[in-house]
Amino acid sequence: MASIKSDINLKLLSQLRGKCASIKRRLLAMHFKANSGHVGASLSCAEILTFVRFGWMGPDDDLVLSKGHAASALYSLLIEAGDLEPAMADSFYGEGTLLAAHPPPGKLPGIPFATGSLGHGLSLAAGMAMGDRLLGEKRRVFCVTSDGELNEGSIWEAALFIAHHRLNNVVWLVDRNGLQGFGRTEEVMGLEPLSEKLSAFGFEVDQANGHDFSALLSLRDRLNNATSGKPTVILCRTTKGLGLGKLEDTVDCHYLPLSQEQHAQALKDLADNEARTNA
Amino acid sequence: MRNQFVKAVGQLAASDERVVVLTGDLGFMALEPLRDQLGPRFINAGIAEQNMISVAAGMAERGLIPWVYSIAPFAFLRPYEQLRNDVALHNLPVKIVGNGGGFGYGIMGATHHALEDLACFRLLPAFKIAAPVFSSDVGEAVEWANEHPGPVYLRLNLEVQGPSPSPFRSWRRLAEGEKAVVVTVGTVAQGLLELLNAFPKSTFDVFTAGILPIDEIPDDIFARIDSCGSLIVLEEHLSAGGLAEHLSTLLLQRLRRPIRFLPLAASGYPSGRYGSQKWHREENRLAGAPLKESLERFLEKSHGE
Repeated sequence: MASIKSDINLKLLSQLRGKCASIKRRLLAMHFKANSGHVGASLSCAEILTFVRFGWMGPDDDLVLSKGHAASALYSLLIEAGDLEPAMADSFYGEGTLLAAHPPPGKLPGIPFATGSLGHGLSLAAGMAMGDRLLGEKRRVFCVTSDGELNEGSIWEAALFIAHHRLNNVVWLVDRNGLQGFGRTEEVMGLEPLSEKLSAFGFEVDQANGHDFSALLSLRDRLNNATSGKPTVILCRTTKGLGLGKLEDTVDCHYLPLSQEQHAQALKDLADNEARTNA
Repeated sequence: MRNQFVKAVGQLAASDERVVVLTGDLGFMALEPLRDQLGPRFINAGIAEQNMISVAAGMAERGLIPWVYSIAPFAFLRPYEQLRNDVALHNLPVKIVGNGGGFGYGIMGATHHALEDLACFRLLPAFKIAAPVFSSDVGEAVEWANEHPGPVYLRLNLEVQGPSPSPFRSWRRLAEGEKAVVVTVGTVAQGLLELLNAFPKSTFDVFTAGILPIDEIPDDIFARIDSCGSLIVLEEHLSAGGLAEHLSTLLLQRLRRPIRFLPLAASGYPSGRYGSQKWHREENRLAGAPLKESLERFLEKSHGE
């Protein structure tokens, strides 16, 4: 039995890696063409989004990207999933587009709410989950926040609310890349000890390498069988701008558009990773 | 008006399963019947208005109709971004109930007053604003708000005693007159109605605007303003973004001759002192002897020209 399960997981692992590489290539192309910022933020959560959508979410579940500035990752994900037309990638950031730098309202499939002002998403997810409970709907709402947005008090209001009401149908993932808009998180407004804070708020807190699908899948399996009764938060240790060489783990990669060299570097990095995993 | 509100929402909720109620930890000695009736559909979201509004938006996304109650300033000032981005931008059917619009909370002091709510909600074009005047208005306003497909702000206050001359709707006449047209919003009309007997009969032609924003002033009311040539606007709200400014923009596009215009709005706290709603209305010259004086002076001036 165990070996069948691990076979299934191996296959899924391979699929996730393949889809993620495709998602990253697409978002890199989108950024390069648009000469737009926020690529670092999208690269730190590409695996997280891929894992959630293709490795965890059921067909009725929802995803709220609270860190809306990673919109390109979301758009690329949704194109990969077939929710959005592939041609839309070319319109990203362009004049008259639907695909603005932050997810728009207007009911694009896979985008329940326009996000972009940090600190709203967790409460939105809580409301959807509370609504589902009242309506007897058995589904989940996944919410991906950045770590910087935990500066916002509204996040902690949401955390109190989710824990108090035992909204276990909310799955909260934090993209913990350690950077925010104008400095490192621990230099601006230190979040550590974050795990303890969230645990004190009544959450089951788990940590994982946010770029490691194997680790994420193992965590998922454990949580799917968990009966702690507490709502879940997963701190995903990530690298902002993963794949951008010298730009990795810098504030620069939050804002700066990709140069030709950086684009090439990132594509090479992707190709090298694929070669390494397939070896 | 709180009690009429509770009764009205209770009736709604009994027949409409989509209705849910959230409160920001307020409603002592008022919302208990709703809490008892609604069970899990009644949520005390605590003293966390930003979360409360986003939660309401999330619930509305699922097809529910959240009625969100608080003291007026708390209902919209702290969670204003959530109202803008999560509710209005998505045109969701979230109904915000602000108790004590204007100086409604009187002696509680400035932090509990809402002198800018009409302006703030007019700045969210997806929102409609309902301002009942009479106690019987509340049930009708609640029903109308629930039917309305988008978001609504309901401004509750100490009601005007006595029966309403007509059902709650966007425009109503409260008194007929010749010398000046008065347009007012909400329960501040009470002070004016009390003063009518101090003037010759048929002095003031009084209308109340029950639903804002106003897209067009109805032709017959515009005709009254135009032919009368004197307009007074009375509001328990700051002048900035208030009813007088709102009507001015509309009138300026249609009037072909100047009219005499008296905007009567709240200025705030001239003396820095506090009292009942009545006291604050009088200090702001929106009721009582100061209002009477303002009206007399305006009529005199108009007559003199």
